[in-house]
Amino acid sequence: MGKVGIIGVGQSAFVRGYPGSIRELAFDGFKESMQDAQISTKDIDASIICSAPEYDKQRSPAGVFAEYLGLVPQPTCYLESLCSSSSMGLRFAYSLIKSGLHDVVAVIGFQKMSEISSAESQERMGRGADIQWESPFGTMMPAYYAMYARAHMEQYGTSAEDLALIRVKAASYGQINEKAVYRKPVTFEMFSDPESPISGPVASPLRVGDCCANADGSSCVIVASEEKARAFCKKPVWILGLGAASTTVNLAGRDLFTGLTAARQAGEEAYKMAGITAKDIDVAEVHDCFTIAELMAYENLGFAKPGGGTELIKARETYKEGSIPVNVDGGLLSKGHPIGATGGSQIRTIVLQLRGEAGDMQVKDPEIGLVHNIGGVGLYGNVSILGR
Amino acid sequence: MGKKKKEIDDRFKKFGTVSFTSVTKVNDFIDYLEQGKVMGTRCKECGAVFFPPRADCYNCFFSDMEWFEVSGKGKLMTYSTLEFAPMGFGDDVPYAIALLDYGDYKVFGRISNDVPQDQIHIGMEMTTIVNKLPKGRLNYMFQKA
Repeated sequence: MGKVGIIGVGQSAFVRGYPGSIRELAFDGFKESMQDAQISTKDIDASIICSAPEYDKQRSPAGVFAEYLGLVPQPTCYLESLCSSSSMGLRFAYSLIKSGLHDVVAVIGFQKMSEISSAESQERMGRGADIQWESPFGTMMPAYYAMYARAHMEQYGTSAEDLALIRVKAASYGQINEKAVYRKPVTFEMFSDPESPISGPVASPLRVGDCCANADGSSCVIVASEEKARAFCKKPVWILGLGAASTTVNLAGRDLFTGLTAARQAGEEAYKMAGITAKDIDVAEVHDCFTIAELMAYENLGFAKPGGGTELIKARETYKEGSIPVNVDGGLLSKGHPIGATGGSQIRTIVLQLRGEAGDMQVKDPEIGLVHNIGGVGLYGNVSILGR
Repeated sequence: MGKKKKEIDDRFKKFGTVSFTSVTKVNDFIDYLEQGKVMGTRCKECGAVFFPPRADCYNCFFSDMEWFEVSGKGKLMTYSTLEFAPMGFGDDVPYAIALLDYGDYKVFGRISNDVPQDQIHIGMEMTTIVNKLPKGRLNYMFQKA
């Protein structure tokens, strides 16, 4: 059985208030991936549509998208694992191709979040946690991650200032990423300036600047068998390793609050499948929905030992020129986080990096890249390792 | 006697500031709250202890549970104070959500507003007590032990 490769990647600009419907939004990311792959819709054997549910009036968006994108009569379906939906889509595309059922599969991620208010959005996202036993207390994503931040601070002496450094890095790359929703600089000083919105409280110890930017967006990754990939594409990027895991939805079922067990487990699986270790990763995209999430990702993926993540950011090792560049496209913090589109966008960034086509964000000659994509409050973990 | 319409047991809709569930097999949890008790379940077959309470045991696939009371002191594992609330909770701000470790099980809930912010710290001992909300609603909260 041959390898499985990625032959095309695309994403829409990540924006506030996309001026169109969800099918039109999906078209933007799909179009870019098709132009990248230089194939026709007839070459695609199946599509997987990925998003987090309950943001749209449209039920079963798969059929609507397949029609609008010209992917009828091929099979299509909807797949979700909250914010890691499109990484899960990659996993399913891989298995469809490995099984021999299909040769070319399009993984299309999207989310249009701007039709509802910020408070409504927090309520929707909060319902990605345990609605029977936790939501009635008034939970939301920033508060859940803040509980992890609090525990990390207690255990390792991590400070709010350490977390701010992660946002400053993200913003430095968001400014040069033309697809990013948040293009403004964020300075370390803004976190201590009461006049700056960045310093505003959300859920202690996290502040506005620690939280990712909601956005509307779409992404598409076109996955192909080795034979088709070599036939269609000059620079296919191969899927070397995939890992996925889950944990209990209710925090009462968890023992660890200084890291995400599903991320650690998914990472270990992906490294094993690829036959590599963390030291072999040249560039990474991690799920920085909050600054603390990036810090925990450094540790869960083995870029740093537990508690060592702060040293990595303080020494600027995760900047473009550092030993392990992370989120040099602005990450979820500045590029934006249109939930279902996020995994596909992370994969796109790594594919462009490995092809040497990342422009101002290009890391020097990377051979192996990693995508870490989390759904819910560490509920679903997906890690994908890609190589030239 | 005339035919009576079958009543839906939706007691659980009284749980919390806003409840997203009304029907569950562990609706008796609400009656216990009304009696001032926070209860979990224990599997009669294998003895596994569950909080939040469950109707079904995934260890032995039995659904014969007995109730036990959450009592004594738990240790505060972590917490966060919300300054911005999701829809429906705006009047409650600021409030802290937290997790207590009781050894055999853990309890997720809110810290009582009576506990001053500067006195909350990880590792502190707390107890879980029933909290009566307006309009007959109920939840539970953590107090300093």
